[in-house]
Amino acid sequence: MSPDELFEKLNTIKSSLTLFDQPLDNRIYLHCESENCFEINKFLFQEVGARFVIATAIDCEQYFEILYHYSYDQTGCVINLKCFIRDHENPQVESITPLIPGAEWIEREMHDLEGIDFNNHPCLERLILSDDWPEGEYPLRKDWTHEKEI
Amino acid sequence: MKKKYKLPIIASGPVHPLQEEMEFFQLYVDGETVVDIDVRLSYNHRGIEKISESLQFDQVPFLVSRICGICSASHPLAYVQAVEEIAGITPPERALYVRTIINELERIHSHILWVGLAGHFIGYETVFMWAWKYREPVLDMLEKITGNRNNYGNVKVGGCREDLPEGIDAEINPILDQIEKKMDMLTKAVLDDPILHARLKGVGVLKKEDAVAYAVTGPTARASGIPIDVRRDDPYAAYDLVDWNVCVQKEGDVFAKAVVRLLETFESIKMVRKAMAKLPKGPIAVEVKEIPPGEAIGHAEAPRGETFHYVRSEGGNTPARHKARAPSYVNVPSFKASCIGEKISDVLITLAAVDPCYSCTERVGVVERHTNRVIFDFDKLLQLSREKTEKIRKGI
Repeated sequence: MSPDELFEKLNTIKSSLTLFDQPLDNRIYLHCESENCFEINKFLFQEVGARFVIATAIDCEQYFEILYHYSYDQTGCVINLKCFIRDHENPQVESITPLIPGAEWIEREMHDLEGIDFNNHPCLERLILSDDWPEGEYPLRKDWTHEKEI
Repeated sequence: MKKKYKLPIIASGPVHPLQEEMEFFQLYVDGETVVDIDVRLSYNHRGIEKISESLQFDQVPFLVSRICGICSASHPLAYVQAVEEIAGITPPERALYVRTIINELERIHSHILWVGLAGHFIGYETVFMWAWKYREPVLDMLEKITGNRNNYGNVKVGGCREDLPEGIDAEINPILDQIEKKMDMLTKAVLDDPILHARLKGVGVLKKEDAVAYAVTGPTARASGIPIDVRRDDPYAAYDLVDWNVCVQKEGDVFAKAVVRLLETFESIKMVRKAMAKLPKGPIAVEVKEIPPGEAIGHAEAPRGETFHYVRSEGGNTPARHKARAPSYVNVPSFKASCIGEKISDVLITLAAVDPCYSCTERVGVVERHTNRVIFDFDKLLQLSREKTEKIRKGI
């Protein structure tokens, strides 16, 4: 696909998105709500054929964001899918590991460090934190500081 | 780690205080065949993403260069590219060339290091000694350019911290010629060796579809027929200003991964030569006043694959969020596809073929499926791997 064809292809899912932004030729940002997240990931991985790079979870204090980074290597375009999880108390979203095995570790990492639950993840066990780390302490959340005693 | 079988698993501790990158592999075996693999990592998690949120934008490159000693040029480069994208900064052309030269020298020494270790794992100690000897002048050259053999600390937002020392071009070309000659000899010796063909071909095959599913990058992907390379696909530094080729193999086995790395070493030598010849004059950095609010990604092709950084700024002088992903993070889980069904004696070289750090492969234990006893440790596996090579050698 040429860059224009990629743009057209991504335009076909515009109704599921809350924002479609292309600040640079090789950078695309898509925003969506957590309900549509799995379907759009599936579209990017299977229909567009983009390579899953990694995901970044961000604690925005009122809500969470997960950025799924994809790379469309034929044109070098990086597609960032930003998924908003509005429930800060009990954040959860559908796991993409059944779709992309390469996402297993990063989802476990986000579960450990930010406390986000991934529904239907095949093995949502500790990966980063040690086994004796207390439950409910998420070190990458904004209210967690280095001084905190656990 | 959750126990998969009823009886306890006995394993020696995975933490070795002298090595980096603690990881613990537990192989479940049925007879001699691997049936399952468990990987546990983060024994030495340093919380770099959290620390980064408390450092100023210009302090972070020093932190991220310590993620990995071998890839200490590509991590800061990916980070500064993300920050430069947020602030809309274009570094001067000379800085782009200097970044390219340092990154390619890093790739040359890393690939040669891997060739040596691969030789060590299969009982080719001469290859180990030769390769590490040939690598040494590259490290000397990096020390001359940046002041350090590793952890160069030469890249900053807006350009480079230090220019190349005067007269370096007269020194670097003879050294490149010398390395090229030695590597040419070593490559021919490897490619012509019937024992290595018999030992490494068809071993630890990562199929193309598995490589896509596990989202692997770098030489691991290129050896499985996936022609991706950030340097060509989304050019940064001066990679679009010099000619070079992406090396791809189809087979996906250990031999293919070795061939990709050997050929890439020559491409890198070529690139450094061309970059030195075309090096423009001028400043090496632009002044950076402030980083506006925004978010951006930066990625660079490290020796092991794509290094990816995401940075978010909220207008202050520290990143609001900084995500770093090293290539091994996606390459290591592909063992699930490449190791299952392999014989125990082939596991070590299969694990080493994606080029995780040395310590990764030293943390291997083999567990018998029915009893959950740990039956082999790293030394025993190394011995098995070498015995297999020896058997092939005698057979030929």
